[in-house]
Amino acid sequence: MKQSPVAGRQLRKFGSLIALCIALVLFMGAGDSLEQRFNTVGHKLMCKCGCNQVLLECNHVGCTYSERMRNELTAGLQRGDNDDLILEAFVQKYGPTVLAAPTTTGFNRLAWIMPFAALGGGILLTITIVRAWKHRPAFPAVAAPANVSSAALDSLRHRVHEETEL
Amino acid sequence: MALLGSFSLLFALALSLYAFGAGAFALARKGDNYERLGETARRAGIAAWAAVTVATLTLVVATFRNDFSVAYILHHSNIALPWPYKVAALWSGQEGSLLFWSFLLATYGLILRLRYKTDTRLFAYAGTIMAAVQVFFLMLVNFAAPPFALTQGQIPPDGNGLNPLLQYAEMVIHPPMLYLGYVGFTVPFAFGLAALIMKYPGEKWIHITRRWTMVTWGFLTVGIFLGAHWAYKVLGWGGYWGWDPVENASLMPWLTGTAFLHSVMMQEKRGMLKMWNMWLVFSTFLLAIFGTFLTRSGVVSSVHAFAQSSIGTWFIGFIALTVATCVFFFVRNRGHLKSEHKLESLVSRESSFLFNNLILLVACFTVLWGTLFPVLSEAVQGTKVTVGPPFFNRVNVPVALMLLLLTALGPLLAWRKTSIESLKRNFLFPALCSIGAVIFLLLSPRSWGGPFGMRPWQDLSYFYALMTIALSVLVAATVTSEFVRGGRVIARHTGSNLVAAMVQLTRRNTRRYGGYIVHFGVILIMIGFAGAAFNQDIEREMGNGDQMSIGPYTLTCKSWTQDDNPNYSSTWAIIDVTKNGQPLATMYPEKRQYKASDQPQSMVANRSTLKEDLYIVFSGMNEDTGRPIIKAHLNPLVAWIWIGIIVVIAGTGIALVPNTAPARIIAPVRVEQAAEQPVGAAR
Repeated sequence: MKQSPVAGRQLRKFGSLIALCIALVLFMGAGDSLEQRFNTVGHKLMCKCGCNQVLLECNHVGCTYSERMRNELTAGLQRGDNDDLILEAFVQKYGPTVLAAPTTTGFNRLAWIMPFAALGGGILLTITIVRAWKHRPAFPAVAAPANVSSAALDSLRHRVHEETEL
Repeated sequence: MALLGSFSLLFALALSLYAFGAGAFALARKGDNYERLGETARRAGIAAWAAVTVATLTLVVATFRNDFSVAYILHHSNIALPWPYKVAALWSGQEGSLLFWSFLLATYGLILRLRYKTDTRLFAYAGTIMAAVQVFFLMLVNFAAPPFALTQGQIPPDGNGLNPLLQYAEMVIHPPMLYLGYVGFTVPFAFGLAALIMKYPGEKWIHITRRWTMVTWGFLTVGIFLGAHWAYKVLGWGGYWGWDPVENASLMPWLTGTAFLHSVMMQEKRGMLKMWNMWLVFSTFLLAIFGTFLTRSGVVSSVHAFAQSSIGTWFIGFIALTVATCVFFFVRNRGHLKSEHKLESLVSRESSFLFNNLILLVACFTVLWGTLFPVLSEAVQGTKVTVGPPFFNRVNVPVALMLLLLTALGPLLAWRKTSIESLKRNFLFPALCSIGAVIFLLLSPRSWGGPFGMRPWQDLSYFYALMTIALSVLVAATVTSEFVRGGRVIARHTGSNLVAAMVQLTRRNTRRYGGYIVHFGVILIMIGFAGAAFNQDIEREMGNGDQMSIGPYTLTCKSWTQDDNPNYSSTWAIIDVTKNGQPLATMYPEKRQYKASDQPQSMVANRSTLKEDLYIVFSGMNEDTGRPIIKAHLNPLVAWIWIGIIVVIAGTGIALVPNTAPARIIAPVRVEQAAEQPVGAAR
């Protein structure tokens, strides 16, 4: 069954709108006040006390790491270091596991690419499958018998309800 | 007692081995003798349940009797432990929780075996598969992690006690709910594999397992959200979901189970997606087992994983064997799973289900990928990396938004084909509501707090929150218009009022309208999640009379005090709260120190309203000044999450209720034969 050109245009418009929204999201940056930066960078770091929590969310009594790490973060921000420099300093001192998410370099880039590749690939695959199914030969039509029994009608009615939910 | 428990478990293993072996042999042969052999296998399965139950009760009774000669009880209980937590000790450790798993599996097996008359042969196959899974778990509790192992050396007078984090009312029900969900997916798996092996005709196995799957999914949902609520109330970090590997382990089978609950409708109604559904059932079961493997093997680090042990290799072996079995029978019998109909249009209910499944599976893959990436990174680069909340939030939030959009679109699409005109007509009202909500949120005063007066261009999380609320309104409007449209038709025919007609509509097709109620619950949960973008917190050392402010609230420390009981000693602060200068409440954040385990525990003071939670934590005492350190969080919209989950469960409950018979209404039609038609009814 062929889609009408109007329907196609509508779908394309809708697709463009979605693409615009996604682009907007991807290129949106965070605010840059000192407090906001503390919050943003602090949520990119893990506390190293072994609690497996984000630095700004570690709430262990007497945690020997989180307060020191927060002070180091504040010092870095007050020095005027940019976010990357601060994160790099933490990696140098505490190792790569201090970062709460993989970096976007080298092998770690794969962590970020794969989910979106799966999404994109999945969408393409689904569209391909739907199109392939659409072009399958139709099931052979069965000529309706002249006298349909009540039971047969009931069965057809049941199928209509199942398929249409009406 | 230990002897009784151990022998019961050995006996249960022997019975389950018989149920599997004799069951499989009887199914492979034909004849009366083999039917009788199959019946003995069924009865052996029932007897295995009795033996596992005896073992489980033995462990519980031994806990109540403080029998510290059993090492498990020594490590997970103590004399002063309150009785509900003595019951909870059953699932608080590796060995006990595996025994509990075996017990639940045996109970599901018992129900299945008692209902065998529904379809003797299909149930015999399913029962044999259940017995095989039971054998695996009984081997674990007999050989790899025995719960009745004896204490070495001198028996101490008191036990180590239960982990303080688990001494919380919800912990008495959260793990059983989660396990009922995990274990319950064995049933649809057993029926799916059985149907594949025996080339079962039609969709009857799906009809049989539909309620099993929904109940199981409901249990898992409750389990996950009770866990989130427990984390919120007990862990004291102000959040409810930390993307911890153990949390992820519960989310993965939930996502594939949700996908199955949707796509199975295509198989029931249109005879499509048979292979896909088979693999969704297999994947859900395998992910439940895989999640258990992650929790117990120590392969990934987690705040609440069980102790590391050699148990992981058993799980890997079982998973490999299960995958091989599924692949073998799928390759051999896949011809049986051919689709009966073709898909006619991209704009149809069928394709919306396809995309819904895709998004749910991508979300599942993302969670799995993020959970395992540290292991992969270590294997490839030699260095471990952390994959924490920033990764999961960044990747999963757009995926969740797409899912919300599909949730809004799906009900507006008809089976087979929908015209763009019809879609536009049905979509107009929900779209206007959604746009209205966005305008309202942008223009409302910021002083109202939370998401009001939103500036989405300032921060990505604000933008996501705005999109979440806008799409949630879209879904709500879609669901409402579905109810109203159907209700109007019935009201017109029956003369009843609209509300009564909508109730009648729901009763006529409980599954469909119960499902919509579930969707409504989901959007309430999503709105609750969106509130996290506006969280605030503040921490301060507070002496008598000291104040700190957060949002419209001012907190004044009135005093702090201490108490002691046999189980724990505690320190708590007395905080007076005012809102906009008006006295509001007195709150008591507490810190406990449990004696048996010598571990601290926060008891959060939380004042929850529909708008926001004022969440106060007693962080500790400053040892130099002797004054308490208080942390306050202002978390908007959290209450919507818990309300949403109640709605989800209510919707699931409604969907489980059988439909009422449709009213027979005399319709003024021309064709005489079609004079009596059921209106608004569908199965």
